[in-house]
Amino acid sequence: MQLTVWTYEGPPHVGAMRVATAMQGLHYVLHAPQGDTYADLLFTMIERRAARPPVTYTTFQARDLGGDTAELFKTAAREAYERFKPRAMIVGASCTAELIQDDPGGLAAALALPIPVIPLELPAYQKKENWGAAETFYRLVRALAGARRERTSRARPLCNLLGPTALGFRHRDDVIEITRLLARLGVDVNVVAPLNATPDDLTMLGDADFNVVLYPEVALPAAQWLEKNHGQPFTKITPIGVGATREFIAEVAAIAKIDASAVLVEDSSRLPWYSRSVDSTYLTGKRVFIFGDATHVVAAARIARDELGFKVVGLGTYAREFARDVREAAKRYDVEALITDDYLEVEAKVAELQPELMLGTQMERHISKRLGVPCAVISAPVHVQDFPARYSPQMGFEGANVIFDSWVHPLMMGLEEHLLSMFREDSEFHDGAAPSHLGGKATVARQPVASEPVEAAVAHTPEQPEAFSSGAPIQINWADEAEKELRKIPFFVRGKARKNTERFACERGVATITIETLYDAKAHFAR
Amino acid sequence: MNAPAPVATRSASPVEGCVSSPVLRERGQHEVFCGLTGIVWLHRKIQDAFFLVVGSRTCAHLIQSAAGVMIFAEPRFATAILDERDLAGIADIDDELDRVVARLLERRPEIKLLFLVGSCPSEVIKIDLKRAAQRQSRVHSPRVRVLSYSGSGIETTFTQGEDACLASLVPTLPGEAADAPRSLLVVGALADVVEDQFARLFDELGVAPRRFLPMRRATDFPAVGPNTSYLLAQPFLGDTARALEARGATRIAAPFPLGAEGTTLWLRAAADAFGVSRDHFDAVTAPGRARAARAIDHSLNMIAGKRVFLFPDSQLEIPLARFLSRELGAELVEVGTPYLHREHMADELALLPAGVRLSEGQHVENQLDRCRAARPDLTVCGLGLANPLEAEGLATKWSIELLFTPVQGYDQAGDLAELFARPLTRRARLEV
Repeated sequence: MQLTVWTYEGPPHVGAMRVATAMQGLHYVLHAPQGDTYADLLFTMIERRAARPPVTYTTFQARDLGGDTAELFKTAAREAYERFKPRAMIVGASCTAELIQDDPGGLAAALALPIPVIPLELPAYQKKENWGAAETFYRLVRALAGARRERTSRARPLCNLLGPTALGFRHRDDVIEITRLLARLGVDVNVVAPLNATPDDLTMLGDADFNVVLYPEVALPAAQWLEKNHGQPFTKITPIGVGATREFIAEVAAIAKIDASAVLVEDSSRLPWYSRSVDSTYLTGKRVFIFGDATHVVAAARIARDELGFKVVGLGTYAREFARDVREAAKRYDVEALITDDYLEVEAKVAELQPELMLGTQMERHISKRLGVPCAVISAPVHVQDFPARYSPQMGFEGANVIFDSWVHPLMMGLEEHLLSMFREDSEFHDGAAPSHLGGKATVARQPVASEPVEAAVAHTPEQPEAFSSGAPIQINWADEAEKELRKIPFFVRGKARKNTERFACERGVATITIETLYDAKAHFAR
Repeated sequence: MNAPAPVATRSASPVEGCVSSPVLRERGQHEVFCGLTGIVWLHRKIQDAFFLVVGSRTCAHLIQSAAGVMIFAEPRFATAILDERDLAGIADIDDELDRVVARLLERRPEIKLLFLVGSCPSEVIKIDLKRAAQRQSRVHSPRVRVLSYSGSGIETTFTQGEDACLASLVPTLPGEAADAPRSLLVVGALADVVEDQFARLFDELGVAPRRFLPMRRATDFPAVGPNTSYLLAQPFLGDTARALEARGATRIAAPFPLGAEGTTLWLRAAADAFGVSRDHFDAVTAPGRARAARAIDHSLNMIAGKRVFLFPDSQLEIPLARFLSRELGAELVEVGTPYLHREHMADELALLPAGVRLSEGQHVENQLDRCRAARPDLTVCGLGLANPLEAEGLATKWSIELLFTPVQGYDQAGDLAELFARPLTRRARLEV
């Protein structure tokens, strides 16, 4: 039993959903109780997907447990097939269904549907989301890739891109960037999977000469199987950062037996010059702490030290499956890797190290806000703001440009923050408003003195009608109870509510604002 | 355009409206949250309480996803995640739970009330949290009181989690003396600002003593007894009502305080029960009614005549539909509710226009088919459905916002109307 405040990864069936949702023509029938449909909103809200995830939940309830939950599963699977007509189906259980042991695989097989039905065994009490995604992708590839075949020789080598899923950190744009990079090298892409692939596409995986593993967390088991069974070598270098992208190009060239020297001499990224420009001097030796999935952490550490001139003061991962890689990387920076999925431990480490920049996940964004540390997100788990409208890959040369911008900008804001805190007495920052992203470190709010007369700002503003701009400013008092009431209004609209109420009182010649005035004004200004 | 003045007249005959209308009962995929989700607002409401879910990684992931991972303060909830060792019986569940609770209370010394919250896995493997809570209470008494309830999806839908939580509190409330004067207990979590408004109104009406459940401080338990009249502020509190009646309290039947009319009828039910004169009632509520009418008026144009479809979510759907229909002039296409409590909903059903399609439970695919066929002007639905329906060209309102926003009472009636108007206003503005 583990005490958990926030989790870095969901349960393994959410990993399976990330694969199913990324694909086209695949349907997932999940034996699960009421409530597990919450996972749909990860995709429709965080990623703003325009379609529901292709998942049917059986929604069993307590009263079904004594009855026939197996029949419920069969009905759900049959109906899902008839309604969605998928080209393949995956079936499995969420954590609760695992306990009732209905065997979704066997039940689905008994339906004899005319499509491939792939059972998933995702032990919810041992494994987590990334493992679930990798296992699901591996099972799909195994089931659908078919037998090894003769590959015709081509003028341009052909590869598959493996690993991008729904809800992945910048997967959408990484695929575009790497596809372009490969095209410049003279390599064509056969199948991208799981993202936007159909089950039929997976049957063509064996046509490629080799595989590019974009995200080992998802694609490694499938790539290893394809290497063994289809004789396809796969790439080991993740092209994040200028140096890693160059090495990735060399690796691809070696596997594909092509000459990449022309691409390597091109001036492909602005990062090296931006980093050398004098404006970047202030980045030197900035102390960074890095936490996330293994691939992004290892890549980020290298960029931080070798390409931006930061000092890596700590790094770690929540992905225990890849702990060895991260520990090895940590040795290169002379730090000890933090391997944990306990958010509180990470927070304690950040508090202890007091870095000047945090490179982490959505979770570290929380920690950083609490501790007042600038932060950039480099890895899943992510939130809605990590799915930007603009093109913003992490991989390849354009990815390096994006990384330069997104890691340096929080630091500039850090300078601004110094200015803000130097002039804390500035009238715009009173009312207890510490800089927003230093929430946890906010100094004690100045409690407004209830009886203090408030000079109605309205009397001074030029856009007010004549009647109010002449004469002395009207003295308006807030009654104690009204002032207290005002404080219940969220801070980010409180100022506006105060101003509106005072304007309302001023226009009506009300000298003392009562709770009634406050709400009269609220009704008056209601949009 | 003036709002139809909500001069509240109690519906005369109980067979009016939808009281005896047939209900479409469906089962299939439910696109709803489980009762654990209630923790998202309950942990903010009771300021020194902590909610410890005994469940799986899915439970932890659900709560943080429902909370939007947006709460930057350390939350007063956590999950004790069961692992293989717990399931295989290698680890003793009682010992494990004791260890986790001890660690938690050590970290959070300010906690006065701890809820052990059951989940689907804990219910299926039959972990006796009630007994565990009693044991923990003995260990940590008097500093911390430990209670338990189930928020599992196999037993509860979304807001029923609050019901189960409050029902677990009721037996622990202090008893009222047999000769105590008649008291009012307002039941159901309300935003603090709304609760304060109602408290002021009851004071002005002379309805006293009045108390609220849940209380803001875990040490402020309201008393209850045979002279307690309770008034439900939320429509999803069936078990809590039963528990209160077991303590001798009696229910004041009323619609729910959504919209000006609902608020008036709700307040008046209490006022009548406490013998407040009509004149005094009208005088006290007149400013609020007038403000509500003015505020609602801003949204009226946008919603009047629009066709609205409500998917089941929080059990607030029927009162909301009543507000939409009677105060905003909307036409109701379908009103879905996860569960229909006939008795508690009787006054609401009487106010719905006759012939509205009511549905209970859910088969989400069939319901989406009906929604697509009807092409309503506004669809009120959960977060999993909203963007996909928008992409199909239907305007939607996230139902969860209706629960996470102060919407009850006169001074929020305009805000409530605006929540429905905003998606329509936004569509009208956008040129892309």
